[in-house]
Amino acid sequence: MSGDLLVQLLLSGIGMGFIFALIAIGLTLIYGVMNVVNFAHGEFLMLSMYASYLAFATWGADPIVTLPFVAALMFVFGLLVYYLLVRRVMQGSMNSQIFATFGLMVFLQAAAQFIMGADYFAVRGGLLSGVLEVGSLILPAPQLAAVVGASTATGVLYWLVFRTATGRSLRAASQDRQAASTLGINVDRMYALAWGIGAACVGIAGSLLSNFYPVFPRVGAIFVLIAYVAVALGGFGSIHGALVAGVIIGLLQVLAGFFISSQLKFVPVYLLYLIVVLVRPRGLFGRL
Amino acid sequence: MLDVRQVSAGYDGLQILWEVAIHVDAGEIVALMGPNGSGKSTLMNSVSGLIRIWSGEILFEGRRIDALPPHAMIGMGVAHVLERHRLFPDMTVLENLMLGCGPHARKQSIAQGLEQAYALFPLLKERRTQIAGSLSGGEQQMCAIARGLMSSPRLLLIDEPFIGLSPHMRSAVAKAIRAINRDGVSVLLIEQNVAEALSLSQRAYILREGRIVLGGRSEDLKVGQTVERIFMAREDVPSGLDIVSS
Repeated sequence: MSGDLLVQLLLSGIGMGFIFALIAIGLTLIYGVMNVVNFAHGEFLMLSMYASYLAFATWGADPIVTLPFVAALMFVFGLLVYYLLVRRVMQGSMNSQIFATFGLMVFLQAAAQFIMGADYFAVRGGLLSGVLEVGSLILPAPQLAAVVGASTATGVLYWLVFRTATGRSLRAASQDRQAASTLGINVDRMYALAWGIGAACVGIAGSLLSNFYPVFPRVGAIFVLIAYVAVALGGFGSIHGALVAGVIIGLLQVLAGFFISSQLKFVPVYLLYLIVVLVRPRGLFGRL
Repeated sequence: MLDVRQVSAGYDGLQILWEVAIHVDAGEIVALMGPNGSGKSTLMNSVSGLIRIWSGEILFEGRRIDALPPHAMIGMGVAHVLERHRLFPDMTVLENLMLGCGPHARKQSIAQGLEQAYALFPLLKERRTQIAGSLSGGEQQMCAIARGLMSSPRLLLIDEPFIGLSPHMRSAVAKAIRAINRDGVSVLLIEQNVAEALSLSQRAYILREGRIVLGGRSEDLKVGQTVERIFMAREDVPSGLDIVSS
């Protein structure tokens, strides 16, 4: 095979990898801060893809232009889910938390199907359609945008979480909520922030994805399943882990799709997951 | 300064504290002693808002604080160093200290706080880039006390600062607590070791089964071995040593 083809494959793998990573980071952030698994995470992705698509279909606004708005919208949506739903079940048992977000998943999927129908919708002829030719390299523009957009978003997130005072408070609340509260940190607000940021990550991923992937009510399940694998692979609650695992998975599935068969592209991903879970149950960067 | 009046509190319907009354005056070190499960930490957690009291009232500098959330306390001038130091293990010493200033601290007050913290525990300056979880037990306790001081509190609550420390570290921590107190910070501390607690404090209370059974000046309590007997052998309080309230 030619070097050019390999570069294209790697780029596409990294692009998908960063999108998986962004979804997984949102999931792991919420889990890491408050020990709640958001089972409706994939449906957050579905919503943001619909938002991108509808803005495009209604106003002709390109997904890349509406990305910041979708991210902001999802941030607010994340806050609402926390304040109206999750916060109310936190006093209850673990089961009530699981059923609350699971119920939200079912509700959002059904609502999408009710309003939008089961049809597939795709953004066609957006700014990022077509390819970019760099020398002899032919790079699909949407994937290129995914690499640039998702890696930028991840960089901003890293800066926010690891370099700012707010991020420090967020990490403090996730490591020891009681100690954090004695240091003046409003833990409840940190929980809300984690939901907001987690949902905004998915909003960015959904916007980037809508350039080259159709949206339908069950689209979230496909990506969130991979995101769960990335979270488990990287270690529950670890942002570094979710990033590294997301990129590994992206590369693995693209290479497997090319060299083995596109139908079997996720087989090596789940195989790797099984091996890691067996050999190192806490994942690559997880704590026991 | 701190006035705890007839406070009853507990967890999940189980009453731990029964109309407890203690007070800390400005400039004092007050020790809270008592056997395991006597309610010392529950009392301290009630003061810092970590648990809601059932009845009674808690005043700090004349203002009711018993309905405030825990995160409002450092703004009031009360800092709480929890039992077993409770540093954030994955963060550096510096990050832990910075968090002590509170989430809305200005750069200037952080710099000032760090200067004081390093003056009190020079070792922390050397270790500032180290992950807190990698410090020794004594170093972690020092870091926790320094973190508690970062917000320049007027009252510092310390829950069992000496637990698990070597004799050398114990005396270093005790020295630091005296130094903090000399700088004008009032201290309420929990300590199981009677000799240690009495030598460090000006006044002391003994809590047993959720009730204050004895209180007074530490000097007076040292006389004889009454104190040890009271909380080890569950002896009744002798009439000579009366509860010092108000």
